[in-house]
Amino acid sequence: MDFKQDYFEIFQLPRTFDLDLGELGERFRLLQKSVHPDKFSSATSKEKMLSMQWATQINAAYTTLKSALPRAVYLLGLEGTDLSDNPILDPVFLMEQIDLREQLEEIEQLEGPVSTLDEFKVEVKSVVQSLERDFASSYSGGDQAKAEQAVYKLQFMNKLLLAANTVEEKLLDY
Amino acid sequence: MALLQITEPGQALDPHQRKRAAGIDLGTTNSLIASVRGGVTEALPDMEGECLMPSVVRYAEGETIVGREALDMARKDPLNTIISVKRMMGRGIDDLLSLGVRLPYEFASSDSGMPRIKTVSGDMSPVEVSAEIVKKLVGRAVASLAGDLDGIVLTVPAYFDEAQRQATKDAATIAGVEVLRLLNEPTAAAVAYGLDTGSDGVVAVYDLGGGTFDISLLRLNKGVFEVLSTGGNSSLGGDDFDQKIAEWVIGQSGFEGQISPVQFRSLMLKARETKELLSESDAARVDIETEGLSFSGELSRLQFEQAIQPLLEESIKACRRAVRDAGLDLSDIDNVILVGGSTRVPAVRRAAGSYFQTEPLSNIDPDKVVAIGAAAQANQLVGNKPDEEMLLLDVLPLSLGLETMGGLTEKIIHRNTPIPVTLAQEFTTYKDGQTAMLVHVVQGERELVADCRSLARFELQGIPPMVAGAAKIQVVFQVDADGLLSVSATELSSGVAARVEVKPSYGLDEEEITSMLKDSFTYAEADAQSRMLNEARVEAGRVIEALGNALAADGEELLSAEEIWLLQEAMKRLESLAEQDDAAAINTGVEMVGKASEEFAGLRMDASVRQALAGHKIDELEEGTN
Repeated sequence: MDFKQDYFEIFQLPRTFDLDLGELGERFRLLQKSVHPDKFSSATSKEKMLSMQWATQINAAYTTLKSALPRAVYLLGLEGTDLSDNPILDPVFLMEQIDLREQLEEIEQLEGPVSTLDEFKVEVKSVVQSLERDFASSYSGGDQAKAEQAVYKLQFMNKLLLAANTVEEKLLDY
Repeated sequence: MALLQITEPGQALDPHQRKRAAGIDLGTTNSLIASVRGGVTEALPDMEGECLMPSVVRYAEGETIVGREALDMARKDPLNTIISVKRMMGRGIDDLLSLGVRLPYEFASSDSGMPRIKTVSGDMSPVEVSAEIVKKLVGRAVASLAGDLDGIVLTVPAYFDEAQRQATKDAATIAGVEVLRLLNEPTAAAVAYGLDTGSDGVVAVYDLGGGTFDISLLRLNKGVFEVLSTGGNSSLGGDDFDQKIAEWVIGQSGFEGQISPVQFRSLMLKARETKELLSESDAARVDIETEGLSFSGELSRLQFEQAIQPLLEESIKACRRAVRDAGLDLSDIDNVILVGGSTRVPAVRRAAGSYFQTEPLSNIDPDKVVAIGAAAQANQLVGNKPDEEMLLLDVLPLSLGLETMGGLTEKIIHRNTPIPVTLAQEFTTYKDGQTAMLVHVVQGERELVADCRSLARFELQGIPPMVAGAAKIQVVFQVDADGLLSVSATELSSGVAARVEVKPSYGLDEEEITSMLKDSFTYAEADAQSRMLNEARVEAGRVIEALGNALAADGEELLSAEEIWLLQEAMKRLESLAEQDDAAAINTGVEMVGKASEEFAGLRMDASVRQALAGHKIDELEEGTN
């Protein structure tokens, strides 16, 4: 097993942000078909161990590449970029963040309705999509600094979505 | 745990022998067993032609009765007749009380907090009670397949936590049968449907059983069943519908006072009867007379549906969350499959249909579909080659994490992560000179450790004294394809390590299992030595068969003639060892063959990975994604 292969090499896909997710899924299933522990239930213990390692590695690669933010972070990591824990972001974006946080708090305090929260999530997701496009163009254009900024913003938005999900769980009393 | 041999020693050495495998659905209310026979996957009936067996065990003087006969005695002998034992699996006595489950049994106190039910045959743990059900079903399969089983696939609710899974697996171990895999019930149902219809797409499996509710979303794609998300409620089921009816009857009857075990059992059985009647008609007569509690009247379907409405809403909430977790919209879901006897209630069908905006499918008997799917997977795992090969890719149902300062949970693996999975996280010390660290493994979604399920605790000792925050302790969580967890902790600068296979609280330890096995009737006469010898021979046979097949398939391509000859010699030596009576020598032989073939195993795996994507053309892909 070659652990030096990066996640794109595992799937034999080009190292790019604009991945064909249908094709990624297809290749994921093909690889699991050949390595999954279920295929080695009567094999030797060495084969079982290898199968477990491969299946684990392929799962990790798939989980990382199939979602935009982990894929973006991974791509920057491959380029040797160390992301900061306390990034400096432009004030306009931060103001927007504060505004969105306030909207979410209001929804939480008013205790719904859930449809307002759904609308809020749609709004957040559209911001996320435009940030993903920013990342894609900066990354492919080789603008490292701008790509990094896009990732920091996406991290903010991701945290906001997680917070929105927590509010949803409260509203629906999961 | 490999304690018991399954086949006769001679049989396992014959590679052409078709192996016997079965799928068992261990339900709250009913259990059943299914198998693949002559290419057909079907539930196996008992002598009377009944496939469903009530999950009821009655302990009587000198004998243990399982199934319909036991159920018939439930009213008369409620304390010795155990019903719905699944609700107690893997739970402590405190958990059970806090769930508000009414249990008409007497419990013996135990140190571990695991409930032990007092019966005339002694104190019984839920695991032992379940083992009786497994044994009875396995006996049925052995009779109808005319031979011992090589292995079973046992289904569990997708939402079962580690402790509940482990308890279920232990039950089969005590029953003396090899568990090939624990399979999630909704996944099993999806397999049965997928193999039946052969159609691809995203399906939602809405599984409402007697005591548990599961929702799973899966993508079916050319024989691969990929679980996208799963959710549910491990204490919501048809039993709760019965409880609502029973409460209504108590209210109507004006009875005040403590409900006795006999009254409770009578009420619940009457309630279940009433519920079943209401699936067919608009109203049902309820007449009951038990120890001074008497009522005679009519319950309409409408009243019943109003009473269970909050329960249905609970189930829909879980569906909503599963859809969100899968990152899907409702419009992405092609089909809804109904599983579990409780989906016969029309209000349940309506609730599922209206949420998913599609007419639900129930063309495979909802009581049998899980066992049928499990049997199909068992058949493949045991090594029989079915016509249509399939692969199940499952996820972790509940997040796994660690306790950190202040009683907070730090999640290491989030729910709905595909398994197998390995993840590591670094922690550090809190105090100067701290030399030990308690690792407390928990499962659940809540922030506070107190609200999560405690799975295991172990200590990492011998950390070199350093200032607070300087030590680097890496904790690694590994979940295998069965969904079972092992955890290890290492201090990175010194290499001090500790490791546990997580054995959840309220489980049985190895010693208890071994002693239960010894007590078990079937193996009372088998002496330990001959068992060890048989086990060693079976393992030798398995290794020889596996390596022989591997050599036949890839030997010439990947190895030199000399390498092949060396492996063949090692196999021959093992074969002759297996004919002698020295278990230790056979085990050494098995190890030698394993060592000798390690490199070959690696080469084969790499070749197979290369091959998987090699013949893969773009136009094939496009066809596949449609």
